[in-house]
Parts: sequence; structure tokens; C-alpha cells
Amino acid sequence: MPEQTVRIRPSRRQAFLRSLRELGHVLISDRYAFTGALVYVAFIVVAALAGVLAPYEPTEILFTPDGMLAGDLPPSADHPLGTTSLGRDIYSQLLYGTRSALLVGLVAAFFVVAIGTLVGLVAGYMGGIVDTILMRITDIAFGIPFLPFVIVLSAFLEPSIWNVVLAMSLILWRDTGRVIRSQVLTVKHRSFIEAARVSGSSTARILFVHIAPNVLPISLLYGSIAVGWAILTEASISFLGFGATDQISWGYMLQDAYLSQALSRGAWHWFVPPGLAIVVIVVAGFFISRGYEDILFPKLKD
Amino acid sequence: MRTARRIASRFAQMVFVLWAVATILFLVFRLMPGNPLVAYIDPTFTEEQQQELLQRFGLDRPLHEQYVIYLGNLLRGDLGDSFFYRDSVTSLLWDVFPNTLALTMVALIIAYVIGVLLGALLAWLRTSRFEGIAIPLVLLSRAAPEFWLGMILLAIFSFQLGWFPAGGAFTAGSEAAVGPGRFFSLDFLRHLFLPALTLAIYLHGLPLLLMRSNMLETLKEDFVTMARMKGLSTWSVLVRHAARNALLPVLTAFALGIGYSIGGNVVVETVFSWPGIGRLLVRAVSASDYPLAQGAFLMIAAVMVFMNFVADLLYNVLDPRVSQDA
Repeated sequence: MPEQTVRIRPSRRQAFLRSLRELGHVLISDRYAFTGALVYVAFIVVAALAGVLAPYEPTEILFTPDGMLAGDLPPSADHPLGTTSLGRDIYSQLLYGTRSALLVGLVAAFFVVAIGTLVGLVAGYMGGIVDTILMRITDIAFGIPFLPFVIVLSAFLEPSIWNVVLAMSLILWRDTGRVIRSQVLTVKHRSFIEAARVSGSSTARILFVHIAPNVLPISLLYGSIAVGWAILTEASISFLGFGATDQISWGYMLQDAYLSQALSRGAWHWFVPPGLAIVVIVVAGFFISRGYEDILFPKLKD
Repeated sequence: MRTARRIASRFAQMVFVLWAVATILFLVFRLMPGNPLVAYIDPTFTEEQQQELLQRFGLDRPLHEQYVIYLGNLLRGDLGDSFFYRDSVTSLLWDVFPNTLALTMVALIIAYVIGVLLGALLAWLRTSRFEGIAIPLVLLSRAAPEFWLGMILLAIFSFQLGWFPAGGAFTAGSEAAVGPGRFFSLDFLRHLFLPALTLAIYLHGLPLLLMRSNMLETLKEDFVTMARMKGLSTWSVLVRHAARNALLPVLTAFALGIGYSIGGNVVVETVFSWPGIGRLLVRAVSASDYPLAQGAFLMIAAVMVFMNFVADLLYNVLDPRVSQDA
């Protein structure tokens, strides 16, 4: 598998850029990856403009003109998706929910991939006792059930969307770490690495300038999957009631709907849209990763 | 010999990971803000109960002695008393564990039977247009949050159509709810159907994709070409030669799946009020019932670590290439 991705390149300084350019090319040329990227752009635009697009504040309690609570209203021109039992506008909540989803997803994915890549690089290149220690820590991370861990953690921390980011950073780097390590093992004895070592490059320089560009595509592949994971996890945690209470998220909306008997009342306009939004953004991540897989593992194409 | 040594080293690794997880949990619960005693003693316990627990867990001793006592108690299966249920954590966990196991196993078996069959079919039809629809559909099933899928199924089949109960494992006060025969009662199966379906929809994607790519690989190998050249029927080549070899990684994934699902069931158990270990964990954390939360977490972790071990054994024992190289 590594033959196609690991090429000996004349200028290491440009390797990162080239690596990035290659990935940018995938986003445009692969049909799936392109669709996925478009969806992300759309969600980012909605998140940025939520304040302008949303007709109401997401937590504002609304009243009808005659002073009654505007609770459980069906969809109408004023409220495209109706209102919650507490008289909040569902459509506005849906738009604002994009913000917490993207924030949690992108930040958590960044940390997961950064930590995993670092662990994999150091363990794979240093070998010996460093490798042994790091891999035993990885084994331990694989022995911790993730969702239960987030739940236990939230027993001790203030409710916040950052709990999910913290828990993911502590545990989910494990997959990236192992994969990057095995990739580093295949690269580290190549001649250009030997050459760098002989010519007196520092360990850090070899790691980050010479080896890192070769594993970057794999990191990004894991990153595009981790974004979806983070969004799903945040939704699950909010649904279970351990999420942030000051910020509207899709998981919170679903919990609100579930606890307000929206299911038995058949209030589809309430509990279907947030779930669909999650599905669309997670699938978009899968599509992007599929594009990467094609350049990483070309034999799957046929 | 090599295989035996490898199994022994894998077993040692499992014990090490279990010990490390238990230690991390000990530290998490002790580093908690406030009185360190709150991990085991609820302020509403009587003076006598408090003294008894203080003794049992050595809570008046320094931290390192508490740690030794904690490990000793763990080995004996003593996880303290639940604040909320006023009962031993161990017996509470064993009460609900069969429910979680039943849900997990039924869902996994359905998911893997369907996943393997569809995956093999997709590999066989790999050039057809069918795949262009099937693969995105599979990705969709993996992208939908399990609890949301459960909510949709509840709204349709329970609230709209009234075909299935909306939650729990048994109808309240039903006669069938005692004894081991309860898991085969019609009442139980009716309650099991929707949560198991939800999990199965979520879980079938992995075996499907695995089976498909393994089959694609195996169909290219020499022994398959050989079998074809010998003039064996398509069916025979597909099932007796290709599928058998493609199944191995799927079997490993199944073993891993048991471990991961028992932890991941938390949300589905909550949506369907399924009296399992995940729901117990959620309730324990909501009620600040620390001993119960700690116990439920440890049990889920133990099952997961053990299944990781089993998966590794399966992989080593069943695949001749691995067991010889190693």
C-alpha cells in the first residue's frame, strides 16, 4: 500500500505543500469528495450567518399576539418548523445548532489527529523503549470504552461542549497513532531519511520535515472521519443530558423533543430535522475520506 | 510453541490494560473536587453505615493504602454499595447484565448475517449500477445517530402503528419476568425488537464493507482462479472457496463488536428505557451515584478488553499465515 504514497522527493521543504496540493486536487476531481466538500462549505456558511438567517434567538421564549405561550405550534410561515413545548423557534435552533456541531467536530478532529500523528511519528521513528511505552499507552487507550468514559467524565466537569473535545483528545488518537506508527516504520529506513541523518539533521527536523509529509495524507483521512465522530458523540452526550445547557446543539434539540413527548404526539417537524442535519454532515465527512482513500489505496478502485 | 507464547503474552497484555484502566478510574474518582469520601459515602447514610464503609474501603487511610484495598476489593468483586438503590453494586450489575448481553448479541447476529450476505453479493455484482446506490446507503446507516434512528422507529412502530411497546424489557407486572425462561417469552421478544433493530441497522455496515472488500481481494487470488479453472460451479467457487477465506476478518470484527457494542449501547438503552448496564451507568452519573457509576464503567471496560483479547486470539489461531509468521 505505501508504494504509491511514499515517493522520494527532491525538496523536502516543498513536500508539505505538494502533499496539501494533492489533497486539494482530490477534493475537486473525486465526485464523492467534491460533494462532501460542498456540503461542508454550505454548513460553514450557515454557521457563520446563523445570526442573520435565523428569524428568532434560539433560546427566546415566544408568545402569541394575545399573550399566550407560543408552545408546540405546528409549522407555519412564521415558524417553518414550528415551536418547541417551551415556545422556542425550532428552525432558528436548527440553524444555530450548526455552530456547536462544526466547532466541536473540527476542534476535536484537529486534536485527535495532531496527538495521534505525534505519537505515531515519535513511536515509529524513535523505536526502543520510547516506542514500547507509547504503544502500551495506546493499548490502555484501546481498553477504555469511549462513550461511557465521556459520561463518567461529565459527572465531574461542568457541562460544556468542550468535555467531548477533551474526552476525544484523551482517547480517540489511538487509531491514528497506530496507523501512523506503522506507516513511519515503512518510511524510516528509506535512503533520503538515512541521508538526512548522516548529514546531521536533528531528530525533530527529520521527523517533521522529512517524515511527516509522507504520513500527512493518512492523518487527514483519519481527520475527516474524526469530524463526524465528534459530531455524533456530542449529539449522544447532549441527548443523554450531559451536554452544554447554554448553547443550542442538535443533540440538545433531540433530547428536548424526546423528553417533551414529541414522539408520541407525532411532532415529526421537531425531531426529524436535527437528526437529518447530523446525517448529512457526517456523510459529507465519509465522502471526503472516500476520496482520500482512493489516492491512498489505489488498488481499491478497480 | 510460538502460538502458545503469543497467547500468553497477549493474556499478560490484557491483564496489564485491565489494571491500568482500574487505576485510572481510581484516580479519576479520588481527584474529584470536594471530600474524597463522597466517592463511597453518601451523606444520608446512617452513622453506622458510614463507619462500616470507611472500614471496608479504608477511606481513613492514606491514598496508597486505599489503592491497595481498592484493588483487593476489585479482585473479590466488591464494588461498594449504590447510594441510590442501597444495594451492592455487584449484584445490581449482574441483575441487568443479561439484558444488555441479550440485546447486544441479538443485534450483532442479525447485523452480521445480513451484512455478510449483502457484502458478498455486492462483491459479486461489483460492476453493476446496484453498487452506486448500495454503498451510499450503507454510509448513511453509519452516519445516523443511533438514538435518533431509535426515536424514528419508536415514533413509527410504537406510537403511530402501536405494533411494539415503547420501552422497557417486560410489561410491568407480567408473570414472565422471572427465571431464565423470561428471555424466550413473547413479551420479552416484543420489547427487544425495536432496540435490536436500531442497533442492527447501525452495526450491519461494518461487516458488509469488510466482507465486500475481502471478497474482492480473495476473488483475485490464485486459488480462486484455480478453482474456476477446475470447472467448479460459480456457487461453489463463491461459497466454498472465496467466502470462507473472506470471513476470517469478519469473525474478528464480530468479537470486537461485542466489546464495543456493550459500551456503545448506552444511548439505545436510554431511548428504549432498556434495563441494561448502559442505562444504569447514565442513571448513576445523573444521580451522582459514584460507586455504581464506577462499577458499571469497570464492567463495560472489562468486557471490552476481554473481547479485544478474544478477537486477537481468533485472528492468530484461525489465520495460518499469521500464526506461522508470528
